Amino acid sequence: MDLQTLTYIVVGATFALYIGIAFWARAGTTGEFYAAGRGVHPVANGMATAADWMSAASFISMAGLIAFNGYGASVFLMGWTGGYVLLALLLAPYLRKFGKFTVPEFIGDRYYSRTARIVAVICLIIASITYVIGQMKGIGVAFSRFLETEYDTGLYIGMGIVFIYAVLGGMKGITYTQIAQYCVLIFAYTVPAIFISLNITGNPIPQLGIGSTMADGSGTYMMDRLDQVVTDLGFTQYTTQVMGSKLNMFVYTLSLMIGTAGLPHVIIRFFTVPKVKDARSSAGWALVFIAILYTTAPAVGSMARLNLMNTIQTGEVGSAEGNIEIAKVPQWMTNWQKTGLLTWEDKNGDGRIQYYNDKNADFAAKAESYGWKGNEMTKVDRDIMVLANPEIANLPNWVIALVVAGGLAAALSTAAGLLLAISSSISHDLLKGVFMPDISEKAELLAGRIAMAGAIALAGYFGLHPPDFAAGTVAIAFGLAASSIFPVLMMGIFYKKMNRAGAIWGMISGIGVTMLYVFQHKGIMFIPGTSFLGDLGPNWFLGISPNAFGAIGAIVNFAVAIAVSKVTAPPPDHIQHLVEDIRVPKGAAGAIDH
Amino acid sequence: MNKTAEQYWKANIRLVGILLAIWFICSFLFGIILVEPLNTIKIGGVGLGFWFAQNGSIYTFLVLIYVYAKRMNALDVEFDVHED
Repeated sequence: MDLQTLTYIVVGATFALYIGIAFWARAGTTGEFYAAGRGVHPVANGMATAADWMSAASFISMAGLIAFNGYGASVFLMGWTGGYVLLALLLAPYLRKFGKFTVPEFIGDRYYSRTARIVAVICLIIASITYVIGQMKGIGVAFSRFLETEYDTGLYIGMGIVFIYAVLGGMKGITYTQIAQYCVLIFAYTVPAIFISLNITGNPIPQLGIGSTMADGSGTYMMDRLDQVVTDLGFTQYTTQVMGSKLNMFVYTLSLMIGTAGLPHVIIRFFTVPKVKDARSSAGWALVFIAILYTTAPAVGSMARLNLMNTIQTGEVGSAEGNIEIAKVPQWMTNWQKTGLLTWEDKNGDGRIQYYNDKNADFAAKAESYGWKGNEMTKVDRDIMVLANPEIANLPNWVIALVVAGGLAAALSTAAGLLLAISSSISHDLLKGVFMPDISEKAELLAGRIAMAGAIALAGYFGLHPPDFAAGTVAIAFGLAASSIFPVLMMGIFYKKMNRAGAIWGMISGIGVTMLYVFQHKGIMFIPGTSFLGDLGPNWFLGISPNAFGAIGAIVNFAVAIAVSKVTAPPPDHIQHLVEDIRVPKGAAGAIDH
Repeated sequence: MNKTAEQYWKANIRLVGILLAIWFICSFLFGIILVEPLNTIKIGGVGLGFWFAQNGSIYTFLVLIYVYAKRMNALDVEFDVHED
């Protein structure tokens, strides 16, 4: 059976499964729509959280960034897992004890203020929409490859599917669907990794494969080989390549970690477990399921890079026959060429492709002596690496089809979870909580669904010109959440004297500073050409990239909040009692009531 | 806040403080700040600093959450603030 047909069958079967589950578990009441009736077991909840969490950024994009950034991409690996420690230790059990549906509800009650609640809603919507833009990029890449069309067409089709999918079910449908999605995506991620690790190193466990010797009998360690292959072509050494600077990496990691603990669609998960005890272990279970993918990713990235380099540089560097002939490029390259995400150009007219670092001045003389006239792989979109990986490694067609299905599962599950968070922010927090307290359940559900549709349209529009690769765009979303939500949640629990004015000004200044920095380098509303300072390293404050700036925003948030709270009236007594109450698990509301 | 609740909270803060110190050491310290010196120690061709940044820190995070959940559940019972 040819690849195209097989992909249709595998993707179709997994979709039928998700939609079947969503339909079977259709949400009936608002309580079920938002929080699955609080009856979800910690292991099941952990698995669903993992699916929710691991988006197109983790599945499709991250290993590609690891492949091209080497050690520098560690920021994603540490940042997107370390946040769970913060979540488990600092937030989850207390928010579960507090026992409401949404994050803005907590902020509104803890800071006894409708204004605080509205500000929190706005911050959440900004962060969530940015996050969905990243998913749209991933969905567009996956669909364009799968349907063999251009990226834009893939994106439009993806938007339609996300719409049907997220609007149909609420949280309850999503929880069970997400468990199915987790199984599909983790299978799809690890199977090719095992195959490739076996091919390259002979070790079936990818985590150990990166520390093994090459299977070609040379006795060279895989990492040493990779370092050599890339430096031979003028690229930076894989294992020591930093992202920007060490300071940038430090701040980037921190930003992703605290962003993790500030994102609504993850926090909302911990409202749905039966007990405070379960909230603690749920975060652990989620991380177990996430770690399976995250510890595999370094192997996927490094081995994909090695395979890619060897595909193009087939022989000795500099020899006339050392590079692949354009007439003989493998099928996967021509397939990806159709999407416009992988392009090449025969600059020196020798009928072969040279892929090397033409920005490296030290390598330029060598390249010239070889008769090379610039890097001929004119575009290698990082986001195609994971999807192309099994094709590059010549794995069977069913594995390739499975990876497409897995990528779509990852992107869809996260997009659905985020859209739910956006719709609950608007219908529950803004309409019912603030502007229309008398709204009926039915009208609230309808408003939620309209909000979802609007969010999809908006994110799809920005997805046509995303500010960065999928993982980079998602990193910006984390920065926005880190700078606004996490600090006020944490102070709400650990600093009894934090008051209304402090929280409001903290959130506004934190997200304000971050947005200003992102927009000045990435363009206002990410529109290209509107950035008033170019998106180049030398223009960055202390060399910190806009993607990493959320940590600075969070520090501003903490500082402003504490300063303002010192000069304004302390919170009333009943709020201080509320804080004392959420600090102990005893007396948490039961599992289903609401 | 009565005496027990205060002690419970203090014990909680102490535990969280210790665990977060380890969290910082395995990721920021080993994976970023001290990565070059640690990379001189190689296991299977992989530098230790590189390994902490890409794999080791994740394993450590798992242990931290496990220890936290276990210790806190024990503290809940010790101070009689557990759920029924």
